[in-house]
Formats: sequence, structure tokens, C-alpha cells
Amino acid sequence: MLEVRGVRKAFDGFLAVSDASVSVARGQIAAIIGPNGAGKTTLFNLITGHLRPDTGTVVLEGRDITGLPPHDVCRLGLGRSFQRTNIFPRLTVYQNVQAAFLSHRGRGRNLWARVDDLYREETEALLGSLGLRERAGEISGFLSHGGQKQLELGIALASEPSLLLLDEPTAGMSVSETRETIRLVERIARERGLTLLFTEHDMEVVFSIAQKITVLHQGRIIAEGAPADVRADAEVRRVYLGERR
Amino acid sequence: MRTRPRPWALLLLVAALVVPALGSRFYTFLANDVLIWALFATSLNLLVGYTGLVSFGHAAYFGIGAYTTGILMKKVGLPFLLAFPAAGVLAGAFALLFGFFCVRLTRIYFAMLTLAFAQIVWAICFKWNEVTGGEQGMPEIPYPNLDWMGRLPFLGSLRTSDHFYLLTVLLVALCLWALRRVVGSPFGRMLTTIRENAERAEFIGVNVRRYELAAFVLAGAFAGLAGGLFGIFNRGVFPDFAYWTKSSEVLIMTLLGGMGMFYGPALGALALILLNQQIVSYTEYWPLVLGTILIVLLFAFPGGLAGAGVTALRRLRRA
Amino acid sequence: MPDFSFVFAQSISGLTAAMFLFLIASGLSLIFGVLRVLNFAHGTFYMLGAYTTYQFVQWVGGGPGRFWLAALGGALAVAALGGLVERFLFRHLYGAEELYQLLFTYALVLVLSDAARMLWGTQQKSVSRPPELSGSFSLFGATIPSYNLLIILLGPTIALAFWLTLQRTRAGRFIRAAALDRETLGALGVNVDALYTWVFVLASFLGGLGGALISPMRATTPGMDTEIIVEAFVVVVIGGLGSFWGTFFGALIYGQVLSFGILFFPRFSIFAVFALMAAVLIVRPWGLLGRPLK
Repeated sequence: MLEVRGVRKAFDGFLAVSDASVSVARGQIAAIIGPNGAGKTTLFNLITGHLRPDTGTVVLEGRDITGLPPHDVCRLGLGRSFQRTNIFPRLTVYQNVQAAFLSHRGRGRNLWARVDDLYREETEALLGSLGLRERAGEISGFLSHGGQKQLELGIALASEPSLLLLDEPTAGMSVSETRETIRLVERIARERGLTLLFTEHDMEVVFSIAQKITVLHQGRIIAEGAPADVRADAEVRRVYLGERR
Repeated sequence: MRTRPRPWALLLLVAALVVPALGSRFYTFLANDVLIWALFATSLNLLVGYTGLVSFGHAAYFGIGAYTTGILMKKVGLPFLLAFPAAGVLAGAFALLFGFFCVRLTRIYFAMLTLAFAQIVWAICFKWNEVTGGEQGMPEIPYPNLDWMGRLPFLGSLRTSDHFYLLTVLLVALCLWALRRVVGSPFGRMLTTIRENAERAEFIGVNVRRYELAAFVLAGAFAGLAGGLFGIFNRGVFPDFAYWTKSSEVLIMTLLGGMGMFYGPALGALALILLNQQIVSYTEYWPLVLGTILIVLLFAFPGGLAGAGVTALRRLRRA
Repeated sequence: MPDFSFVFAQSISGLTAAMFLFLIASGLSLIFGVLRVLNFAHGTFYMLGAYTTYQFVQWVGGGPGRFWLAALGGALAVAALGGLVERFLFRHLYGAEELYQLLFTYALVLVLSDAARMLWGTQQKSVSRPPELSGSFSLFGATIPSYNLLIILLGPTIALAFWLTLQRTRAGRFIRAAALDRETLGALGVNVDALYTWVFVLASFLGGLGGALISPMRATTPGMDTEIIVEAFVVVVIGGLGSFWGTFFGALIYGQVLSFGILFFPRFSIFAVFALMAAVLIVRPWGLLGRPLK
């Protein structure tokens, strides 16, 4: 479904990502791991169009999306949640998710209709599946960190993606929150037939749900494969032994 | 924002219509001034309050609109019916041209470029004597032909300036209504997502630059319409309509009244113009008083006038 | 084909204008670089520098050396005002949104320029050139007023002094550090609050000095602040916001464009300046020597 081939990005001489190739099959749950500064977020940015790769290609469902701007990439079915919570702080929870529906369903250009009730059913349904329906009227900026992360997920899902990129979805969460979120993500992925690609620091999370793991270190892929294989990989152990989390 | 019909907006409209009946030339003049500036400020708010783009050069479109209507009516002899929309169209066209470059820049650079374009417009108006009258401007813009108003019941006894005032009420009300619809539409909601978090907006499929340009053009067009009215009201069009200090006046009205509420800037226009009238009758040092009031307000509301008021209001309305 | 002496005279006039603009724009650039705010009131400080110099000249008379005393006094007075404004008013707005900070500087323009009007009236004030420099001399066939030459020499001297201060002294290093990362500097134990006040004082001194030195050349009138601030904006845009030498070269370019523009396209010289500003912003927003922001 997603094929990243030989992607490379340098900033002012600093090589953030070099010759990275990742592939994710349809319906798969895949993870990218690596120590801090390994280039995970940069890789995500390259895939989603926030950055343009110096060389290499990104192909989504057979279509070359290399260097396309984020709004186009989104429309082609790629959803993303961000590491730092990225919501619309002064809009309500309802409005946050509704906005994604409005944009995705192509209503954004309408200058005339009254916006409040558009896609109300879909929005409330999605909020319900995330457990946020009671908070629909609250200003999203006042939500707890966990709540905002859930909202973040909701916004990404409202764009009805076929491939969802999650950048550290459980960052800053407590153990119970993490477990809840991961269960939620897994359930939703199954229900909607989503393909998932996520980055994580929490190894427990990764090994519990990922079907395929890619290991990034200093911008290069050093291992890739099923969890058991990656766990046993000598180089991976070497890299992580010094940086056990 | 809730979209039930707002009774108080209707009340204000009626109140505005009744002003000429008070018989005072002065009140009508004041109300006319307020209405035009309210439209001007509301158009700016589409950019500042709703899209999060701070423009230092909005007066450019006000000036273009004023000169368009003025030139078409005075020199070309076109009727108001054509000259007025032309103001909006031409201002919008220039907004498209200038905006195309401006939206490619962020924050301070965006603001600086809007300022640069506005000063260019001013410089052209200031020097292009043949077309714009140069430094002297174009005095004596004719009133539109409002005889038809004289034939309506109740209106026969009113003066021309009153007739023009009523026309202004009608046109400004229409424009504000249109802007209100835009702001309450899906398009308007997309603009607020850009204001709140442009990066995230991109990632729900919003082509941020295109939407910003659209907002810029709409804002410019309505500012042009306000300018078209102002040129006639002011009985003359002058280059300072486009000077940066005009841009700062309208920006202050917008900020003072409240960026987060649709009628905030209109309120700011009302407040500022009334305050000006009051103060000027006591002292000639109006800028000193205004500046002091602004500074006091800034410190009394450290989160910003808009911030404090709007958050409270929003929570009340659960909008 | 204009003859050389004429062209030379024009360049001299452009250079002179550039030096004044440099003084003012460098203050603006300094405040922007460190405090991250575009100080609209900077032009008003310039104007106040001119007015206070005029006032001091009235008090100390016009004898030899007196003008310089008055000019220095004027610039220092403005610097003190800047310090007071920062310490007691502006400091409390650092946490507020940028827009409100800008609004404050604009409110300052209103208050200060009207206060000037109250104190000195609306009639233009003039200051005579210092007697030691009231003459002119001939160079390459053109008549150059001596005062202009002094300004042209003074400009780069001040620039160099300023630059050396920024590069070599401890205070200068702090200023540069504060421009890059305020928090870290504070964490290192530097009194950033006081630093900000001194930056404001220095910038206001430069602006006031510009006004003080220009008072013998141009009439001091209300409205000179709103004119000059836009010109200062053009200079810092061309040179690059926050870049010291950028401001210097931006001022030089601006001065030449203006003086030759007036010559060849008198009607469109002001247009040319703003067109240049727009062109720079479109093609290379960070100016000649600025650093591209993300």
C-alpha cells in the first residue's frame, strides 16, 4: 500500500534521513522505531509532504506522491496525527472533528450554507467511538492531554484515510491511558480496515500490536521485519542497549 | 456560532433607519460615518479575526474602491448602480494580485508586504495627477441620483444627504449580511481552522494558501465597497485614504471591538467614532487621549480585549 | 547625459540621507532582533530627538560647540524616555500576543507625537547648522555642504563602533545571545530584564540621535515620525530584519534609489522605493543579509 524507496533528506549538511525504504502492506499494522533523533518524525514529514525529499520516491497505492503538498496527500487517503498535540484549540471538540469532515467531503468551498449542523451525525458518531461525545461542546484547548490526543486521532480519522500515520500516539500518557489508547487504535483500525504506520518510544506498545517493525538509527534503516526477528537482531540490540528506555 | 435569527441585529437596523427622522444633520452624518467604517472594519476582520492574517495595508483596497467610484461617477459619468459594484470588483481584483504574493509569506513578512503594496497604491494615487487628481485628490464627487427616494412615502421631505444615508444603511446591511453568511459557512469554518492551526488545517486537506487568498480577495472587495461609499459621503476622494495610518485606524477599531465576534469591529467603529466626537469637543489633542485610552485598556485587559471578552461570551453561548 | 559633478552631488545627497536612515533603522532593527517587536514608535523617538535638540539649542544658544551639546542632550533625553517606557510599560506586555504589543507601540506614537504637538506647536522648527560646519566646499565640481560630509563620515563611524560593541564586548555578546535565545540566557543568570531595558535605551538613543543630527538639515514638524517610520521599514526589509550590516547596506541602497529616483523619475520616486520593498519581500523576504526564518 505504501512504498517509500531510497528517500533522503539533508538539512544544511546534516543528513537527517538517508536511503530509507519502508513498505507497508494493506491492512498491516507497522511501526517505525529508533532512538531519539533517529529521524522518525523527519521520515513522516517526508511521507506526508511537509518536507520534500532530496531523492527517492513515496508511492501510495500505486500513485507517486513524492513532494506533493500535505493537503493533496491528505486527500489521497493519508491521515496523520502529530507528536505534539495538533488540534484547533479555540474550536470546540465537535467543531474540530466536523472541520475534517467538511474538508474531506469537499464542502469547504461553500460560502453560503450554515455550517453548524452539517455532518452532525457522522461527527457525533465518530466522537462517540472515541468516548468524546459528552465533551463535544467543550473548547478543545481545555481538554486534558489525553483527551486532546484522542481528539487528534478523531480529526485524523474524520478525513477517512486508508493509511493512518501516527506520530508517537501515546507520548506523555500514563500507563493506563496508553493501554486504552492502543486498544482504541487497534479496534478502530480493525473496524475500518485501516492500514497503520506509527512511531513509538514505548517498546511494550510496539511489540504488542505491530506486525512489522522498521528500525531507524541516525537516519538509516538498520533492521526491518516481524517483531521477533527485530528483537533478536544484533545491531538493534547494540543500538538500544546503550539507550534502554 | 449559533445561527438563530438575531433579533437585536434587526433592532439595530431599524434604529439606523430611524436616525434621519431625528432631524439632526449631525447625527445622520455621524451614523453614516460609523456604518461605512463598520463595514471597512468587518471586512478586515475576515482576515485578522477569522483567518489569523494581520494586514497592515487594508486601506489600499478602501482607497482603490473610493477612487474607482469617484472616477467613474465624476469623470466618466457612470451611474452609482454601476460605479458602486465596480469599486468592489476592482478592489477585489487588486486584492487578488497583491494577495497572491502576500499569502506566500508568513506573519511579519506578510504584514510588511501588505504595507508595501498599500504604500504603492498611495504613491500612485498621490502622484498620478491626470487620473487621480494627485495630491489634491478629487473633491466634489457627485451624489448618486436619488430622486426615486424622494418619491417614496415618508422620504420626500428628507435632504439628499439623508437619502444617501438611507442608501448607505441598505447597502451596508446587505454587505454585512453577506459577510455574516460567509463567516458562518463551511468556508468560514475552514478559515478558522487556518487561524487556529495552519499546519493541522493542511492535514485535513485544506489548501491553506488558496483559502487565505480567497479570504484576502473577499476582504479587499468589501473594503472597496466601503471605500466607494466613503468617497461620496466624504464629498471627495483623497490619497490619504490609502495611507498606512488609515490602515492602522481600521485595525485599531477591529482590535478594540473584538476580533472574535462578528459585530466586534462594528462596535469598535462605533465606539471610536463616538469617542472621537466627544473628545474633540473638549480638546484638540484627540490622538493623545486615544493613545492613552488604548494603553490603559491594554493593561487593564492583559490577555487582550478580544481574548477576555470572547472566551467568556463563547462559554456562555456554548457556540 | 548629466555631467559627473551633478551625479556626484546626487550621490552625496543620497549618502547623507542614507546615514540618517541607518541611524534610525539600526535602532528599529535592534529592537526587532532582540525584543521581536516592530516598534512603530521608533519614528516618534526620532522626531522627539529633533524637537529636544531644538529646545536645548534654544536654551544653550548657538555658539561654537553648543549644537553638539544640544544634539547629545537631545539624544540622551530620548534614550531616557525609551528606558522609562520599556521599564514601566512595555515590559509588562512581553507575555501578550504580538498584535497587542504592536498596538501598544502605535498607541505610543499617538501619545508621544501629540505630546510633542502640545509642547512645541504645529509650526515648523528649525535649527541652524553649527557655525563650525555651516560652510560648504567644492569636490569634483559639486558644492558639498560641510555638515553633510560630517554626517557621511559619522555614519560609518557609528556603525563600526556599534558593530564592534556587539562583537567584542561582553554586553554586546549578551545582546546577540538574547536575540537568539532569551530563555537560555536567563537560565545562565543574566538579568535579561535589565538587558532588554538597555537595548531599548540604546535603540532609542540611536533614533533620537538621528533626529538630533537631522534637525539642522530639515525642518522639524509634526508628521515627520509617520513618514520616517515607513522609510525605516523599507530599509530593514531590504537589508534584512535583525541584520546589522544589512541595515547599513539597505540604508545605502535606499538613499541612492531615492536620490536618483527623484532625479530621473521625479513623479515616481516614492513609488520606486515601495516597489523595491515589495520586490525584495516577494523574491527574497529575508532581505540582503537577513537569515531565512522557517
